[in-house]
Amino acid sequence: MRRTPWPHGTVRGGPRPAPAGGGPRLSPGRGGPRLSPGRGALRGVLAALLVCALLPSCGSGDDGDGDGTVTLDYYSLAWQKESVAANRKLVARWNRTHSRVKVRYVQGSWDTVHDHLLTSFEGGEAPDVLHDDAGDLTDFAYGGYLADLRPYLPRGTRTGIPRQSWDAVTMNGGRVYGVPFLQEPKVILADKRLLERSGVRLPTPRAPWTWREFENAARRLTLDGDRDGRPERYGTVWPMKEPVDQSVNLALSTGGRVLTTRRTGDGVENAVRFADRDAAVSALIRRQIDEDRTAPRSGLGMAGSDTLPGFFAGRYAMVPLNFSFRQQVRQQAPDGFAWTVLPLPRGERPGGHVQGVVPQTLSVAQESRHKRAAAAFVAYLASPAHQAALAKGDWLLPTATTALRDPALNRRADGWRTGTALARTLRPSPALGVRGYTEWSDKIATPAFQRYYRADLDLKGLQKTLVDDGNRVLNRYQR
Amino acid sequence: MNETSAMSPATGPSGPSGPSGPPGRSGPTGPSGPTGPNGAAGTRARGWRRAGRAGQYAGLLCYLVFLAFPLAWLVSTSLKSPQELGEAAPAWLPRRPTLENFRAAFEAQPLARSALNSLVVAGGATLVSVALALPAAYVLARHRSRIGRAANAWVLVSQMFPFVLVIIPLFLVLKNLHLIDSLGGLALVYVVWNLPFSLWMLQGYVKAVPVSLEEAAAVDGAGRVRVLRSVVLPLLAPGLVATLMFSFVTAWNEFFFALVLLKSPGNQTMSVILTRFLGAEGVADLGPLAAASLLATVPGLLFFTLLQRRLTTRLPAGAVKG
Repeated sequence: MRRTPWPHGTVRGGPRPAPAGGGPRLSPGRGGPRLSPGRGALRGVLAALLVCALLPSCGSGDDGDGDGTVTLDYYSLAWQKESVAANRKLVARWNRTHSRVKVRYVQGSWDTVHDHLLTSFEGGEAPDVLHDDAGDLTDFAYGGYLADLRPYLPRGTRTGIPRQSWDAVTMNGGRVYGVPFLQEPKVILADKRLLERSGVRLPTPRAPWTWREFENAARRLTLDGDRDGRPERYGTVWPMKEPVDQSVNLALSTGGRVLTTRRTGDGVENAVRFADRDAAVSALIRRQIDEDRTAPRSGLGMAGSDTLPGFFAGRYAMVPLNFSFRQQVRQQAPDGFAWTVLPLPRGERPGGHVQGVVPQTLSVAQESRHKRAAAAFVAYLASPAHQAALAKGDWLLPTATTALRDPALNRRADGWRTGTALARTLRPSPALGVRGYTEWSDKIATPAFQRYYRADLDLKGLQKTLVDDGNRVLNRYQR
Repeated sequence: MNETSAMSPATGPSGPSGPSGPPGRSGPTGPSGPTGPNGAAGTRARGWRRAGRAGQYAGLLCYLVFLAFPLAWLVSTSLKSPQELGEAAPAWLPRRPTLENFRAAFEAQPLARSALNSLVVAGGATLVSVALALPAAYVLARHRSRIGRAANAWVLVSQMFPFVLVIIPLFLVLKNLHLIDSLGGLALVYVVWNLPFSLWMLQGYVKAVPVSLEEAAAVDGAGRVRVLRSVVLPLLAPGLVATLMFSFVTAWNEFFFALVLLKSPGNQTMSVILTRFLGAEGVADLGPLAAASLLATVPGLLFFTLLQRRLTTRLPAGAVKG
C-alpha cells in the first residue's frame, strides 16, 4: 500500500451556519425595459435605469443561510462547453444529495483569475472553493490566503492521488494548499500521413523518441524543394510566445531543473541554475530554428493555437502542444485531415522520460467560515469518477490513479491512450513553490529566452542573465 | 423654442446673414470667365480644387475602411465555421455562413441577462454622472475663482490614478457600504469614475455659449432658471449628447471594476461574460466569442444612431456682434 502523503489530522466542529440576512434582490432579467425610439418610451427607460442604478440593493447576492444551511461559492475556471456542463451536473448532484450544504457555481476566467482572486482575498470576499493552477497558488499560499487542507481531506482523497502530484501543492513547511485534480502533459501533434510517408520510427509511450531522434525526424519531415533556405514545410514549430514555462518544464527530461530548491535551517532556498543539462532542450530548440531550419523563426511569436492553421495546411508536420489542444484540432481540422498524438521525446540518460507539469487545483480560502464543508466538496469533486468526468470535459488527464483507468480516457481515438500512458512521466514543474518565480519569469527570463531563441543572445549571455539577474530577484523574496 | 427665438438676439437685425456675417462666395471662375486672360489659371485652379476634393474623399474612404474593418472582420468571423476559422489563409467572407456561433454563444453564457445588467449599470451611471456634471460644469465655467481653478486641477489629477491603485481601497469602501456584488454599487463607481471627465468636457461647451446671450435674456426679463432652461440648455444639447455617449460607452465597455466588484453569476455584465469564451494559454472559442462580441456592440451602435443627429452643433455662430 502506498504511503499516505501527509499525516491524517482531526478538526473538531462542523460547519457553522452563516449569518442570517439578505436584502431584496433585483432580477434584471424579469420585465426588463425595452429600448424604443419613441421619446416617451425612451424617457421611461432612462428613468427606470436611473432608479435601478441608484438602488444599493440592486442585484446584491446573499447566502441565504438563515435556516442553518451553508452555501458555498465554488469559483470554477472550466470554460469548454463539455466541462462547464460536467461541473454544473456535479454541483447539481451535490445540491440534491446534501441538504445542509449547498453549492453555488460561479464561473470565472483563466484570463483574469489572479486579479480577481487577489482582490477578493484582500477585500475579504473570496469564494469558499476556488479552482486555479498550482503555479498561481504560491503567492496566495505564502500570503496566507489559502487554507492548509491537511486536517480536512479524507484519506481516500489523499491516497488516491500520487505523491508527485501532491508535491506540486505542498509548500511553506509541508502545508497542502490545494488538491491537484487535473493535469496535462505536453505531447506532439503530428500530421499522420506525412509522418508515415517519411519512414521515421513511430514513437510510443513505452518507446518514445530521444531528443536526437526528434531532431532527425524533424529534418526528414522538412521540405525545402527549391533549396532557398526557406522550407515550404517545416518538420516542427515551437510556439514560444511564453517561452519560460516550456523551457523549465522540458529541462527535466535532460536531467536539468533550472530552478533549484535547497532546504536550509530557515526553510527552503530557491536559486536559478542554467548548466548544460538545464540548457540542453533550449539549445536544441535554437539549433532547430537557426541552424537546421527545421522549425520556423515565426513560431517564436506564436501562442499554441496560432500554430494550428499552419499545421492543418501542411506547413508544419509536428507541433509540440499541451494535451488539451486536441480539442481544437478535433474541432477545426479540415475534413479528412489525419493526425496523431506522439509522446514528447525523452532525454538520453536513464530517468529522462519525464516532464514538468503544473496541475490544476481546487483550494479552500483561509477566510471561509465553512472550511470543513468546503473541503468535503473539494473531495467530492476530486473523487476518481468525478475527476474522470471533469478531465473528459476539458480534454485533460485526471491525477487520481483510479480515474486514469476510466475506459473513456483510454480510447485510441484522439490520442487519449497516449496521454493516459504518459501520466506516470509527469512531475511537478520546478517552478512550483518558488517565490518570485512570476517576477523572474516576466522581467528576466521571458525577454532573455526570446532573445536567445532569436539568436540575439548566445548561451553564455542567456546563462548570465538568467542566473545573475534571476538570483537577485529570487533573493529578494527569500530575505 | 419660440420663447428662445423671441428672446435671443440671434434673430435680430444683425443675424447670421447680416453685415457681420461671412463674405458671400463668388463664383468659382470669377468675373473674367474661362476665355479671359485668367481663363487658363482659373481652369487650372478648378482642376486643383477637384483633385483636392477627390483626394479628400479618397482619404475619407481609407479612413472609413480603417474604422469599419474591425467590425466587418468581427461580422465575418462570427459567421464562419470552426474549420474556416482554422484555415491558414482566412477568407474575407465566410464561404458557408452559419449562425451556429450565435446559437453556441447564447447556449454557453447568459448573454441577454448580462446585456441587461450592462444596460442598467451603464445607463444609470451615465444619467447620474451627466446630471451631476452639468450644474457643476456651469458653475466652474461661469464663476471663475481660485476654488474653481483648484477644482479643475483636482479633476485632472484624479484622471491620472490607475485602476490597480484604487481597486482594493475601493473594494473595501464598497464592502463597508454593502455595495459589493451589487449593480447599484458598480453604477456608483462608474458615476465617480466618469464624473471628472464629464465635468471637464461639459465645461468646454458651457464656455462656448456667449455670456451676452444670457445677459440679453435677462434684460428681456427672464429669470435665472428661465435663462438656464430656455437659453443655455438648448445650446448645450450637442455637448450633453457627446458627454452622454462618452459616459455610456465607457461604462458599457468597462471590465476591471465589473470583474472585481461583481460576484453572483446573475449580476455579471457583458464585458465580463465575454472573457468566459477564453481558456488558458490564450486559447479562445473564437466563433462564439466573435458572435457575442458582435452582439455586445449593438447597444452602443443603437445609442449612437438614436442620438447622433443631436450631435450637430447648434452653437450660436453670429448670434452676437463682435
